[in-house]
Amino acid sequence: MKITRKDFLRLSGLSLLALAGGKAVRAVTDLAGASATAVAGSAKTVRWGMVIDLGKWRGQGTDKCIKACDAAHNIPQIPDPAREVKWIWEQPFETVFPSEQTDYTRQTYAGRPIPVMCNHCADPACVRVCPTGATWKREDGIVMMDWHRCIGCKYCVVACPYGARSFNFSDPVPYIAQVTPEFPTRSKGVVEKCNFCAERLAQGKQPVCVEACPDKSMIFGNLADPNSEIRQVLGSRFSIRRKPELGTQPNIFYIV
Amino acid sequence: MRERVLIFGGLAVFLILFTYPLWHAAALGTQAKQPQLQLPAQAKECVAPLPYMRAAHMRLLIEWRENAVRQGVRQIHAANGKSYDASLTRTCLGECHTNKAEFCDRCHTYAGVSALYCWDCHNKPQLVAARRTP
Repeated sequence: MKITRKDFLRLSGLSLLALAGGKAVRAVTDLAGASATAVAGSAKTVRWGMVIDLGKWRGQGTDKCIKACDAAHNIPQIPDPAREVKWIWEQPFETVFPSEQTDYTRQTYAGRPIPVMCNHCADPACVRVCPTGATWKREDGIVMMDWHRCIGCKYCVVACPYGARSFNFSDPVPYIAQVTPEFPTRSKGVVEKCNFCAERLAQGKQPVCVEACPDKSMIFGNLADPNSEIRQVLGSRFSIRRKPELGTQPNIFYIV
Repeated sequence: MRERVLIFGGLAVFLILFTYPLWHAAALGTQAKQPQLQLPAQAKECVAPLPYMRAAHMRLLIEWRENAVRQGVRQIHAANGKSYDASLTRTCLGECHTNKAEFCDRCHTYAGVSALYCWDCHNKPQLVAARRTP
């Protein structure tokens, strides 16, 4: 069969058109699919948050919450403060709320222990700086970590304005009194922090600190649901957040 | 010309000797020594068929991890129709393969797989106790 120059050009032109047409159709359908999922995702039904009632935190037994978290998540108890690992801990008032200080708060509140943890910020600085994608913001508001992915660069530790992240300078296992087999431990060279008990939320449970805390001094719930308990509390009582001037939008609220 | 016999004769002898282990084993029907694994006593079936687990259990674990940690999918529907908690710590090591030394290690040692650090974090209390006494 002999093919003329004209036929050859016509055929190749047609096949090119067909290729491009197929690509264009696929691109359009992909876009449509993506926008559909984006719409579904933007209608956020869950955004986890927490309220800490400092009036009640003063009571007895509040260190139960911290101990419960330490036990549930295999957090090592390292005596050296430069190397310690913390998920939830207490800090003096003046370091937690540096911009809320006056001469008079200094008289009354100086040194008063305030519970602090990862704020699960709406715009987390740690997530922005992570070079490997080991930490990210989940759809439900939790700032999550994938320890497998962490290379231990400590950029997030530096970026977090709340000091919520700890680095494992050595193998943490020798510092864990009783290992809980249900939760993995960490290894040397990995950063860790509070995960809002993502593993318990997946089972429909409350975070372990909230469960262990007496007199409801911690309230956990869905900030996106206007009828949730946490929204009722936030709607009826005045609350503050840590370092709001930084614009990270913490999801931990304190009732003073 | 006379060297030809020597050369080819020598080559034949060499080939026979060189391939001796192969044909000897084939003739006797012996097989290479397999690692002796201690299978879990209480569980009789795995989350995936044996050949797949042998060849690709690490791929399966990576898949579980990506789904659980990134997508929040913490349940897997196995080929046998059952549902499992997608967790190396709780399901694999917690329920079935509680004995690392007689299961995981034996095969890894046999296959020459070294520098695995899964158990640094996904561990059982007895492994932790081993790490405590250096």
